[in-house]
Amino acid sequence: MEGLLGEIVAKYNYWIYVVLMMIGFYAMIGKRNLVKKLIGMNIFQTAIILFFVSTGVKRDAGLAIVDKELALAGAIDVATVVNPLPHVLMLTAIVVGVSVTGVALAVMQRIHREHGTLEEDEILEKIGR
Amino acid sequence: MISGNFLAYAIAAPLVMAFVVNLVGRARGYLVAPLALLSLGVSTLCSLLLLARVLREGPESYTMGGWQPPWGIELVVDPLSGLMLVLVAAIALIATWSAGASVRQEMEGREHVFFTLYLILVSGLLALTVTGDAFNLYVMLEITAITTYGLIAMGRERAALASFNYIIMGTIGACFYLLGVGYLYILTGSLNMADIGRILPELYGGAAVATAFAFMLVGMWVKMAFFPLHGWLPNAYTYAPSGTSVLIAPLMTKVSVYLMIRIMFTIFSPEYTFFQHAGVQHLIVWASALAIIVASSLALAQTEFKKMLTYIIVAEVGYMVGGVWLANEPGMTGAVLHIVNDALMTLCLFLAASAVVFRQGSCRFEDFRGLYRTMPLTMAAFTVGAFSMIGVPPTAGFFSKWYLILGGIEAGQWAYVAALVFSSLVNAVLFFRIIEIAFFNGEDEHGHGHHGAPLRHEAPGALVQPLVLTAVALIVVGLASGVLVDSIIRPALQWLQ
Repeated sequence: MEGLLGEIVAKYNYWIYVVLMMIGFYAMIGKRNLVKKLIGMNIFQTAIILFFVSTGVKRDAGLAIVDKELALAGAIDVATVVNPLPHVLMLTAIVVGVSVTGVALAVMQRIHREHGTLEEDEILEKIGR
Repeated sequence: MISGNFLAYAIAAPLVMAFVVNLVGRARGYLVAPLALLSLGVSTLCSLLLLARVLREGPESYTMGGWQPPWGIELVVDPLSGLMLVLVAAIALIATWSAGASVRQEMEGREHVFFTLYLILVSGLLALTVTGDAFNLYVMLEITAITTYGLIAMGRERAALASFNYIIMGTIGACFYLLGVGYLYILTGSLNMADIGRILPELYGGAAVATAFAFMLVGMWVKMAFFPLHGWLPNAYTYAPSGTSVLIAPLMTKVSVYLMIRIMFTIFSPEYTFFQHAGVQHLIVWASALAIIVASSLALAQTEFKKMLTYIIVAEVGYMVGGVWLANEPGMTGAVLHIVNDALMTLCLFLAASAVVFRQGSCRFEDFRGLYRTMPLTMAAFTVGAFSMIGVPPTAGFFSKWYLILGGIEAGQWAYVAALVFSSLVNAVLFFRIIEIAFFNGEDEHGHGHHGAPLRHEAPGALVQPLVLTAVALIVVGLASGVLVDSIIRPALQWLQ
């Protein structure tokens, strides 16, 4: 049991991402309100962004701004610099997330205009399935 | 110099034209469809030339912006991705031909909005087929997905709700894939597919590699609507506007299947995919057999033609996934050939649906009454498409199904073979039901002109011409499938291994 606890504490960032992702996943699948589904989707995406960012972290490392000459000469200790690539990738992923949210909100507006509600149950009732 | 940049032109032409169309189309709506056709013509031409060159001189890679591969984003054209590039460009070209007319009818005055999204979607699909970078693949996947959400939401009745469900499912799929990429990046420190494939074999057997593999595969399965994960597809494709479903139904799922092949063979290797976890391969073939049987049975329960087709697509996805996972040469050949054939068959049938919708307003089964008299060309092409879906010999569908069945027998996967046969029988029932309605019924309602001569009421030329072309292509591809397999698919598969 203690081994498990130690494992969790040592890699707490990964456990937090897993928990967040599960919360988002539950909201997307389990909730019947479309806005709640969308918020769940955002939590889900954010969890993955946190996961990626935490992979670039190094203890006691500094910013990834280095002198090119020094870097080419091999005079920079890699351990003192965080890996910037995951952060950069996640900038793109954030943009993707924002776009999807925007499209989803627009679609939701159309649903509301057509059916007058955002509760999935009520909409399905109105459609008469 | 020009020929060196064919790949960039093929992808950039629709992308650039999307902006042009949006700006010009606001004032001059009639220019939109011809401009879209022009840009896709350029794409098709470039990709054909590219495929010819790749077959002659071997795979080539294009470094975007001049950054060298492991760091920069690399586009790779090998025979398989070249084939997919031609397929996507050509299908999009034919679909656009008909989309112009149906879009003008269904959303007058909004053509430029529709075609802007449409062209960005095609551009994304083209880039998906050739990208050599795992993260870039995620971005392109989301570009195609976001445009598709918008295109579906433009449709009638429940389209918006279907689109919302697709947004939720599509995001789950893409995020799972991204998570898999994250694990691979932690393990290898690289995002280039070939580079990951080089580094990964030392790490095989680890739990993290297996996790990455599982996440990426499940993500792709959600995107391609592999059976238990197919829930979003039927409504989304049914309620989408005709112009949309004509493009996305043939292409989206097929490109996802191709991407699954990429993940299995380029990022991972055949040894890992098929032999590292022995039980998995059998399990997936069983799952695809189940997918085929359940989806075919669900198709039987439908009363609307388009909705029935969407369930057939789900079954066809089962064909292809199963074919790939049979892990032998005929199965693999059949799967790749079926990607081509299924794209053509689906295009043919959705074009027919779009022509029927144009004249009859919807495409429930009773709308087909007497159509053999009033729309003979449409129904002739429809019959060819239906025969191909069933697997009647001279049409394309027969040959890929033959390879798949041979592969199933060779691998001893009898459940899969039985599912294929069952699905063919179900397809025969489904399509002959429609053919019967269209041929025999409705004599007293339609078709009595002067002296009992049938009243022709064919869909406009822009809808019929691509339909007939596709039907002819189905037969030509069927007759030429030996050549196709020998000259393109076999080299492609050899290159994969």
